Amino acid sequence: MNNEDIKTLKNNSFKVWAVFATSIGLVMLGILLVKIGMDGMHRISMQFFTSLPSRRAEEAGIFTAWVGTLWIMGTTALIAIPVGIGAGIYLEEYSKKGWWSSFLEINISNLAGVPSIIYGLLGLEVFVRLLHMGESILAGSFTLALLILPIVIVSTRESIKAVPKTLREASYALGASKWQTVWMQVLPAAAGGVMTGIILALSRAIGETAPLIVVGALTYVPFTPKSVFDSFTVLPIQIFNWVSRPQAEFLVNAAAGIIVLVAITIVMNGSAVLLRNRWQKNVKW
Amino acid sequence: METIRIEKKMKTNTEKQHEIVSAEFMPDENFSTKRKVMNKIETKNVHCWYGDFHVLRDVTIAIEPNTVTALIGPSGCGKSTYLRAFNRMNDLIDGFKLEGDVLIDGKNIYDKQMHVNELRKNVGMVFQKPNPFPKSIYENVAYGLRVNGINDKKVIDETVERSLKQAALWNEVKDNLHKNALGLSGGQQQRLCIARAIAIQPSVILMDEATSALDPISTGKIEDLIAELKKDYTIMIVTHNMQQAVRVSDKTAFFFLGDMVEYNNTKEIFNNPQQEHTRNYVGGRFG
Ligand SMILES: Nc1ncnc2c1ncn2[C@@H]1O[C@H](COP(=O)(O)OP(=O)(O)O)[C@@H](O)[C@H]1O
Ligand SMILES: [Mg+2]
Repeated sequence: MNNEDIKTLKNNSFKVWAVFATSIGLVMLGILLVKIGMDGMHRISMQFFTSLPSRRAEEAGIFTAWVGTLWIMGTTALIAIPVGIGAGIYLEEYSKKGWWSSFLEINISNLAGVPSIIYGLLGLEVFVRLLHMGESILAGSFTLALLILPIVIVSTRESIKAVPKTLREASYALGASKWQTVWMQVLPAAAGGVMTGIILALSRAIGETAPLIVVGALTYVPFTPKSVFDSFTVLPIQIFNWVSRPQAEFLVNAAAGIIVLVAITIVMNGSAVLLRNRWQKNVKW
Repeated sequence: METIRIEKKMKTNTEKQHEIVSAEFMPDENFSTKRKVMNKIETKNVHCWYGDFHVLRDVTIAIEPNTVTALIGPSGCGKSTYLRAFNRMNDLIDGFKLEGDVLIDGKNIYDKQMHVNELRKNVGMVFQKPNPFPKSIYENVAYGLRVNGINDKKVIDETVERSLKQAALWNEVKDNLHKNALGLSGGQQQRLCIARAIAIQPSVILMDEATSALDPISTGKIEDLIAELKKDYTIMIVTHNMQQAVRVSDKTAFFFLGDMVEYNNTKEIFNNPQQEHTRNYVGGRFG
């Protein structure tokens, strides 16, 4: 065997390994989805979406859970989007390159890797206790907003960075101020990427369970929240609750709940991908 | 040796000119009748640095209004840096430093009182690669007005039409004003950039190799346009195309490795260059 043959062999065996690794992931996911589909699909009906939780499995539904999820996601978005975009703009456009900006940069990347339960503990201490928000939607949303903030900041920065220098120069050359340039040219040009990041961040938040349990989301809520100060539950917690019941009928409910959650996540991630593709196609400088 | 002597001579000439101008007009601010005599643009002993790198050394030039001045010289000799000194575009670069005087209409544009955004409204710029905003044709031209606080639709409509006509683009785009500017051809995009620059009525236009990315026909159109715009504006162009410099410019400045080697009437520079370096360059021996 000469050198070239060895190279080809290595190349091919690596390819086989890569294909194998990818398929394992896909097959596992496929099996999981099929199993859950078989278990829970027949449980999905209008009644399932409109019923309150109940002691009897066949009467129980996810009404309070998905309404709570809507509240939590909406409030989280309202907090995380302006703060995340603002921070991204500041870091990319305004902060002087130096030890301070590198320090911030490293810490933001680190934050993205912190286990979510730590955010829960932080939220419990700061929002629930220190700021007296109680075990409310507000406290849960602030906690989740913190959790996804690094994703929003990083994706905002990346999309702003991808806006070519020539666009900024064109704006400055017409007498536009920095603020006008950022607001009227850079941000709109980066909007596709920023939105993609936001959607991906929210689709991460929607499945989070641990931090919300820590800040005191309830597992049994027989009413829907009226304001951000009310207590709440969310879909993944409802699912968690059903899974931990001994009766098999509740497992059916859990499977149906998982189908709903997975469907939402797929739709969100799918639209993020579509958005990114469209953005990349339309914008060619 | 010779380079230095000539530079010195020229410097004293322009300095004298400036003194005469100042002496004549200082007592009376109302000099509109004699304005023709005054230099539109002057630089006096301008030096530039990127960090420690001394890119331009002691450049002194005086430019009359309603003329086209071509900056020529091999790549990396500092033409763009010099051009961008006039709208302070270099200020955006970390570590850039300029010494000396850059005067437009007799005012030092690097003075503390000079607002850089105001300066850029008076000194328009067209870049090497056409860089329209990823917005409609109409919004591209309107942008300069909008950032200046002009939002009156009628004023904007009129300005868009006038600017596009002046840039010889109106007939091609008048039915598609709200289409995305990125759909235009390269030559059209560059004329749109010119329209965008003149919409805010500057008095100086800077063009940095504005035709180098274009085909010969588009280039010809833009050259015709420069000749036309000269009536209303003072224009400085950077070009690597010697024929273009001959065709469109009145004066030419030859730069070499950060020095402004020779500045004279374009005819003189190309037919009767005084410096060895200029002779070699316009004769095409390096480039
Ligand atoms: N932003 C910058 N930072 C450091 N050096 C630069 C920068 N821009 C240009 N230069 C250097 O300055 C010199 C002059 O550049 P430039 O004015 O662009 O020349 P030209 O337009 O004549 O080709 C070149 O050597 C170039 O490498
Ligand atoms: Mg250049």
